[in-house]
Amino acid sequence: MSAGDRAVPPEVSLLQGNQACARGAIAAGCRFFAGYPITPSSEIAEAMAALLPRMGGVFIQMEDEIASLAAVIGASLGGMKAMTATSGPGFSLMQEHVGFACHAEIPCVIVDVMRGGPSTGLPTSPSQADVMQARWGTHGDHPAVVLAPASSQEVFDLTVGAFNLAEQLRTPVILLYDEVIAHLRERVVMPPAGGLPVQQRRRPAGSVEAYRPYAAADGKIPPLAEFGTGYRFHVTGLAHDERGFPTQDPAVIGSMQRRVQGKAERHRRLLPPAERLLMDDAEIAVFAYGIAGRAAREAVRAARAQGIKAGFFRPRALWPFPDDEVCAVAAHVRAVVVAEMNLGQMIHEVARASRGQAEVVGCLRADGEPIAPEEILAAVETASRRGAGAGTSHG
Amino acid sequence: MNRCCEVRLAGAGGQGMGLAGVILAEAAMREGRNVVHAQSYGPESRGGGSVSDVIISEDAIDYPRVRTPHVLLALTQQACDGHWRAIRPGGLLVADLGRVRDLPCGDFRCVVLPMVATARDVVKEVLTANMVALGVIIAVSPVVGRDALEQAVAAGSPRGTAAVNLAAIGAGIELARAGA
Repeated sequence: MSAGDRAVPPEVSLLQGNQACARGAIAAGCRFFAGYPITPSSEIAEAMAALLPRMGGVFIQMEDEIASLAAVIGASLGGMKAMTATSGPGFSLMQEHVGFACHAEIPCVIVDVMRGGPSTGLPTSPSQADVMQARWGTHGDHPAVVLAPASSQEVFDLTVGAFNLAEQLRTPVILLYDEVIAHLRERVVMPPAGGLPVQQRRRPAGSVEAYRPYAAADGKIPPLAEFGTGYRFHVTGLAHDERGFPTQDPAVIGSMQRRVQGKAERHRRLLPPAERLLMDDAEIAVFAYGIAGRAAREAVRAARAQGIKAGFFRPRALWPFPDDEVCAVAAHVRAVVVAEMNLGQMIHEVARASRGQAEVVGCLRADGEPIAPEEILAAVETASRRGAGAGTSHG
Repeated sequence: MNRCCEVRLAGAGGQGMGLAGVILAEAAMREGRNVVHAQSYGPESRGGGSVSDVIISEDAIDYPRVRTPHVLLALTQQACDGHWRAIRPGGLLVADLGRVRDLPCGDFRCVVLPMVATARDVVKEVLTANMVALGVIIAVSPVVGRDALEQAVAAGSPRGTAAVNLAAIGAGIELARAGA
């Protein structure tokens, strides 16, 4: 760039969460999308169908969600950054291939826009009831990286982040948000091309014969060769050795399982940080994520206005679960209120990570409506009163 | 004006409440303010009542749902009946003269003008009642400025409709001034 050139300003647009997701994917270098449209995620497919052909990319509407993720996995093995998007019913169908991609270490991004479940449930209503499915939906031990944005801007940012994590860790990354975030229109600031940190997977550089697609001798994520570059290797859902061929050797399998399962855990530093507000002197903490996090933030401000020392903790990465941070939060408060739009899922993780240091109470809603600030405020008030009473009896 | 303004645009499916909300939100964004927009997403958007909610704020917007609107637009009796009770004390009801015959009473100002008739008879396109209504709203309350609204209409109208939509905004502003 010459001295006379002006830096390209960022683009500012009013976008729905789903549109921001598509724009983030393109910005991250995604050039392949295969999916089966489903409410409330369909605008992602719609936007990708419009955007990808202009970028020289590929959009395929598949026959179902199983085939969609299969196509994405194939595209990724071919060297492309690839994504699919769905909602609960389709996410259930994808679980077999989620496990395959985890096990065969194939980077890809899967968006699940949560609606009311189970089964067909409430197609046009929000929920947060897929958070455990996102962790444990597929069988067997496996790593899970799950990000939970709470605004259109964050959908854009974390879609880019999801691609980066998928490339760096060589694993599927799940972006999880709900119908409200999907359809809310908000300002999104999008840096120009080159203005974003965009990661690429490691690719092999040595001899074809020496290539070991599943060897991590140097402690790093093994490099992934793309089909057609001469680095031939075997890809299977069976337990495999460093070359990718099936094996039943317990020593090989055991170390491979631990390495793959532990990838997310060992790279926590790459995850987006949690949002904290007013936590320094908090006596009651509110743990919430996604759309419930926005209601919780308002509730915490309202509680402070009443003189209740409330604080706010919102993880942007749900999995791996922020054990240490939640443990530290619990050590400094009397109670943790967990606000989520399901009948109690992450609350069990919060209770586990809190190690009995604080009372953990739920503010749960699962009727197709977003949780409201007033409900969370009421839970904070109740926890505050109970805590004050306990303090008196001890005093 | 308040640091935060909640606007609910309510009408029937097909009256363009969704587009009106998007354009109002776009106008607020062009003024450099924080904004969120949400609209009916369930099966009611294919008939029956349709609602578009916009929150405009000088501060970051936490909870994005409109609960107690400062401004309610009602283009049908059903929309008025369904939403007037939520109007914030001291707020504003903008209702269509002709479509809304049974007006509620409460702690809010009422502006009742023939927006649908103006779209049909003055703008000569009944589908622009949503834009006439936006013109009325910005003429009777400082939700957004006219310049920003016109820029948003020019940028956000479906292809080939910017000119008629801009005419409808102007007709709405005139209607409000004449009726004041």
